[in-house]
Amino acid sequence: MATRLKVATTSLAGCFGCHMSFLDIDERILQLAEIADFDRSPLTDIKHCSESVDIGLIEGGLCNAENVHTLREFRKSCRILVAVGACAINGGLPAMRNHIKLEDCLNEAYLDGYNTLNPQIPNDVELPLLLNKVHPIHEVVKVDYFLPGCPPSADTFWKFLTDLASGNEPSLPYDLIHYD
Amino acid sequence: MFNLDGQVIPFQEGDTIMDAAMRAGVYIPHLCHDPEFTPHGSCKLCTVKVNGRNCSACTFPAAANQTVFNNSEELNEIRLTLTQMLFVEGNHFCPSCEKSGNCQLQGVGYELGMLDTHFPLFYPQRQMDASHPDILLDRDRCILCSLCVRASRDVDGKNVFAISGRGIHSELVVNAESGLLEDTDLSADDRAAHICPVGAIIVKRHGFEAPIGERLFDHQTVGEWSLDQFDTGEQAWQRD
Repeated sequence: MATRLKVATTSLAGCFGCHMSFLDIDERILQLAEIADFDRSPLTDIKHCSESVDIGLIEGGLCNAENVHTLREFRKSCRILVAVGACAINGGLPAMRNHIKLEDCLNEAYLDGYNTLNPQIPNDVELPLLLNKVHPIHEVVKVDYFLPGCPPSADTFWKFLTDLASGNEPSLPYDLIHYD
Repeated sequence: MFNLDGQVIPFQEGDTIMDAAMRAGVYIPHLCHDPEFTPHGSCKLCTVKVNGRNCSACTFPAAANQTVFNNSEELNEIRLTLTQMLFVEGNHFCPSCEKSGNCQLQGVGYELGMLDTHFPLFYPQRQMDASHPDILLDRDRCILCSLCVRASRDVDGKNVFAISGRGIHSELVVNAESGLLEDTDLSADDRAAHICPVGAIIVKRHGFEAPIGERLFDHQTVGEWSLDQFDTGEQAWQRD
């Protein structure tokens, strides 16, 4: 490949499980490093994308205003945006709070919960405001590809990235598609 | 005989297209159908094109000289959209569901290569019923296939379940004054307790028994499984 690929990753309302699973590609990361550079990512600790990133992998859904901001910024920089994992695709487990009023969630966690010391709802201006409901990312930005799974397996990441890097339309065989 | 995707399929008097296709070893995707019960024709996943018109294979009678299309790109696109609509209409959190890996809704999604749900999610508010000592009813996962209704009525003779309401307000209800499963005579041995294609009705204390990699649809498609079930069923019936 003439030009090296730039790959960025980030997490919104996720658990970093998808990132951990990505790292399960193990020594294949050296093969990846031969054709790609990591841009913004918790792996490089680079906080913002450079101007033009080829592939952006994003895990987690949207649970607060900062998530929405990050997602929009990430989308602007990435030529191909990939929703990675159940949370990015359908809100995942954080979206299980969607059945409970936000106020009740906060009360349970910070006021009425078992063993709560000095009960108060955090309201520092630095804290991003929570959204009323958790949303998947395709409800806010255009998503180019989806990698389902909780998390997607290392082989799923590998198949997807190698397909894309070799200029093929990514396609996952039956065994690599799962929703859990 | 009729023609299904270019294959000649024999049929018997009274057969639906689904009956004849399954007997011939051809899978037509379905969720609300089970050969053991009267067809319901509600999920529409088995939509096939018969002489140019879309019909539900599970209810449409087979007839001589029909030309039927099943495994076509157009029909599979429609099936994918239907499956995505089923996913967004309920609360299907696969990672935390006991049925995951053995769920036919998931299986159909895998078979159709569904990677996302496409539509905005509804996140509907639905009631869970954990009152019964042995059986859990989680309406978040219900796809209103009515198999439990038919199993309870036709096999168990108990009429425990019904679908109430119309359209988006449809829900699975329980035949008791309290509306709770604990006040019915439903038992964990009933057919209705085991027929649910998703995780809406599950027998308690049996969750996550098979490890990941050894569950029904980890390696086998729902189509292969479905035809296999049909074969086994027919053999069992013939032995009787």
